Amino acid sequence: MYDIIIVGAGPAGLTAAIYARRAQKSVLVLEAKSYGGQIINTLDIENYPVEEHISGFDFATKLFNQAKALGTEVVFEKVVDINDLGNSKEVITTKNKYTGKAVILATGSENRKLGLSNEDELVGKGISYCATCDGAFYKGKVTAVVGGGNTALEDALYLSDIAAKVYLIHRRDEFRAEETTIEQLKNRENVEFVLNSSVTKLNAEDRLSSIEVTNKDGSVRNIDVNGLFVAVGRIPENQNFARLVDLDDAGYIKAGEDCKTNCAGIFTAGDNRIKEVRQLVTATGDGAVAATNAIKYINSL
Amino acid sequence: MAVIEITKDNFETEVLKSDKKVLADFNADWCGPCKMLRPIIDEIAEEKENIKVVSINIDNEDELAEKYNVSSIPCLVVFENGNETRRSVGFIQKDEIENIIGE
Repeated sequence: MYDIIIVGAGPAGLTAAIYARRAQKSVLVLEAKSYGGQIINTLDIENYPVEEHISGFDFATKLFNQAKALGTEVVFEKVVDINDLGNSKEVITTKNKYTGKAVILATGSENRKLGLSNEDELVGKGISYCATCDGAFYKGKVTAVVGGGNTALEDALYLSDIAAKVYLIHRRDEFRAEETTIEQLKNRENVEFVLNSSVTKLNAEDRLSSIEVTNKDGSVRNIDVNGLFVAVGRIPENQNFARLVDLDDAGYIKAGEDCKTNCAGIFTAGDNRIKEVRQLVTATGDGAVAATNAIKYINSL
Repeated sequence: MAVIEITKDNFETEVLKSDKKVLADFNADWCGPCKMLRPIIDEIAEEKENIKVVSINIDNEDELAEKYNVSSIPCLVVFENGNETRRSVGFIQKDEIENIIGE
């Protein structure tokens, strides 16, 4: 039996592991993919205190090594369910079962998809969810970005430096983004706004060749593109815990700044919790709070 | 065996004309998930004697990336007798790689 089982080896989960190990608690971290979470896709982090510049990969690797050096056990298995046994919790992965006195859910979020039928098979063949990761493949090519938030607009700006043409497709006629980014985009000659419109079909043979875009007024337009970057938000990865902890309508775990869920002994940290600011520094902050409260909980048993 | 670095000059000999099944790792220096994947790729290269493991840097070898429709990395492509037989995009765990190479 572990003292604390942490689900997710991103910045929130690994910070929680550091705090728990320093308090002499035994810690198991379970991770479905790679350690680091979505920060590993960030080329350059410039807003984390102390380091002026650090790559997401270096940040994640340093954090991972720090947690490991303190004696954190890490196992790469996907958690599919949790059973509340009162003073202990049973965590079930695709391969094993583990028991812990407390659990911290730090699963983060994943990219929201458009939901079009052939979208999955075109990932890596013209469909991407990360402009900074895949933009380099579109030098001098025609691209489109779909979405209306900061990420979508920053993606469009980034791509306009690389691609010959960038269409920015958004279902409304105004954006939920910083005014300076919007202004910058308007000044780019190779960016075309396609507003009040949604992507309704992906046309492809071997790879994406064009997209069908439908305007609110019902008119349909076909746009030839080499790549489509989807930036329509993220969804928290909490589906497997909905039986146990309360989620809001968008799927985020209902927990305040104390990181406590409605279920005694289950805590949450990072992007999968209801919060206003989802940043690296707020994720690591959550990790510290969740671990501290989990330790208090264990000591009270 | 160690991972073999591929350029367009040795691609045909090392990959298309290979006697063994080939696992090709398309990657770039700036790609975080690619760096996460690399130690696993190295392990597979050392452990599987019947598989040839190669690395293709897409910044240096953009012609190869374009030819094989690679537009998102990390991208693992399996070649058998010169033909692509499997492909996987994004970071995956070792057992999933073993699965796509049929081991």
